[in-house]
Amino acid sequence: MTQSSPRTLFAKLWDDHLIQAESESTPAVLYVDLHLVHEVTSPQAFSVLRERRLEVRRPDRTLATMDHSTPTTPRGADRRVPIIDLKARAQLAQLERNCADFGVPLYALDNEHQGIVHVIGPELGLTQPGMTIVCGDSHTSTHGAFGALAFGIGTSEVAHVLATQCLLQRRARTMEVRMDGVLAPGITAKDLILRLIAEIGVGGATGHVLEYSGSAIQAMSMEERMTVCNMSIEAGARAGMIAPDDTTYEYLAGRPYAPQDAHWDRALARWRTFAADPGSAHDRTVVLDASSIKPMITYGTNPGMGIAVDAPVPTPSHLSDASERRALEKALQYMALTPGESLLGKSVDVVFLGSCTNSRISDLRLAAGVMRGQRVASTVRMLVVPGSQEVKRQAEAEGLDEIFRAAGAEWREAGCSMCIAMNGDELRAGQYAVSTSNRNFEGRQGKGGRTFLASPLTAAATAIAGTIADARTYVRGR
Amino acid sequence: MEPFVTLRTTAVVLPLENVDTDQIIPARFLKTTDRLGLGNDLFADWRYDVSGAPRPEFVLNRPEAKAAQLLVAGRNFGCGSSREHAPWALLGYGFRAVVSSEFADIFRNNALGNGLLPVALPEAAVERVAALIAAHADSKFTIDLASTTFALPSGERFDFPVDPFARHCMLQGVDQLGYLAAKEPEISAFERARAGAY
Repeated sequence: MTQSSPRTLFAKLWDDHLIQAESESTPAVLYVDLHLVHEVTSPQAFSVLRERRLEVRRPDRTLATMDHSTPTTPRGADRRVPIIDLKARAQLAQLERNCADFGVPLYALDNEHQGIVHVIGPELGLTQPGMTIVCGDSHTSTHGAFGALAFGIGTSEVAHVLATQCLLQRRARTMEVRMDGVLAPGITAKDLILRLIAEIGVGGATGHVLEYSGSAIQAMSMEERMTVCNMSIEAGARAGMIAPDDTTYEYLAGRPYAPQDAHWDRALARWRTFAADPGSAHDRTVVLDASSIKPMITYGTNPGMGIAVDAPVPTPSHLSDASERRALEKALQYMALTPGESLLGKSVDVVFLGSCTNSRISDLRLAAGVMRGQRVASTVRMLVVPGSQEVKRQAEAEGLDEIFRAAGAEWREAGCSMCIAMNGDELRAGQYAVSTSNRNFEGRQGKGGRTFLASPLTAAATAIAGTIADARTYVRGR
Repeated sequence: MEPFVTLRTTAVVLPLENVDTDQIIPARFLKTTDRLGLGNDLFADWRYDVSGAPRPEFVLNRPEAKAAQLLVAGRNFGCGSSREHAPWALLGYGFRAVVSSEFADIFRNNALGNGLLPVALPEAAVERVAALIAAHADSKFTIDLASTTFALPSGERFDFPVDPFARHCMLQGVDQLGYLAAKEPEISAFERARAGAY
């Protein structure tokens, strides 16, 4: 494709970061603007650097934080988060040592900027339009909400980027996801993305970068756009992207790492060029009518197994594809659900509000709005886990923590918490949870635990009811 | 990285689609700072019961699985998390290759970078392979990376796609970092040319 033909947003960012174009025999060499690092997928990468006597090439383009194996239990009298798990403690200590040895800035547990890597990047203004952003974490797709090309990488690639600030990449195909229409009251960005994944499946976007467009996307706040882009990977997409607009620029203005003064004007002029050219072609297009979306919930063991909250659980014998039928049978067996049953009214044991999908201030505000003056059902344990210490401070300034506490929910420290169940927060075998996180894989939230993925509104409504609830009943008339 | 040239092996079948990396290696095993030692935890929650004893019905616990270096699975293998612990665990167990009709993008990259060969075959071919193993657990398959072919016991062969660069690295047993590090002059020139853009 020549420079003069209309280009997609992805194509512009790809071209802009190309050090060496791909050929039949070699992948492209792509420059990385921002590399985010956490404790779980980086230790072996730093080991590679040590073995080969390599430096971190650009510590100034690298930032580390602690989130995955980090406990979210409230701080002790010494203001420190107690780390009981010896392996987690060793892993966190290793990250501190690696960052100190290689000069990588680290927001450790005692730092005011610590938090989930995909929450702090945007809130600090590190995530900016037009950038390439990578992290050893599949939910790096979150940052695409800013018109960045952002994707998850493995640990070997973490070593590549630490050492060279580059990656070897084959160019992805692109899929336009057009979402027009207005979301009904009680319906959130989470419902929209769950609906898309239910429609195209967990492998539906493999090999593609998604470019989201349409009036429903344009009407969204940055935090809602992050929720959408975050779960692009759950459809198998390499990345998800949204062209930057005034909503993006307003969000970024004044943030600690955003350009200031004259730099801001120059950046803004550049950012405005990051939109798909009229007439640019995508390899595929999917269209979704946002106004038809109902509250979505998953019933199975992958994020594509989602239905409207008032729809019956699917019946395996209705599926013609043998492989899909087998998968559905296995999922329903794991979830202990009956074909055709309604999820509404089903008892749950735990409600988890948090994760890089839904732990930002707007998510907490949504849930608090439903829970103000209400009580969490006595049969339910609810965890509210802010995505970052900044989110936590903001929520406390607004009194949201008091609403959650008064309702009987646990107000915790920032981290990945029960989304990944490697930090002490987990389901027990057989327990049901409504969770605002992104994955309902078997055992994802604890061995034998059963996850229903849903929006913060559905989570809050369910916590109060004690059973899976229709969020629309809780927001009507408010 | 050990070179991968040819592999002749028996295989085990996991007849499931969308096998995610949380199943391949559950997150609680990711608190390690090493890449070795994950083989015992491969498919841990399917492989062991609550007491930690092997579940006899799970395919990896069958006697014929011991020598198998090839795993055959349903479509979209390796979806979900980017954890490279997934190929480390598969290699740690003793697998050298995985056959599926489709691999998740990050998993495929991670596998190739560690010398675990993802062999993508048409769905019908994967089904035939699974049927052959169901009929004869000792069926042997031959993978030749130089010619990118997968051969059934009968000698019938299927071509499979592999990125030529990844194939080169696997055949030689070299990882990709050396190639990238040699691009230093181009990387520096690129940085100079766009200084101040970010």
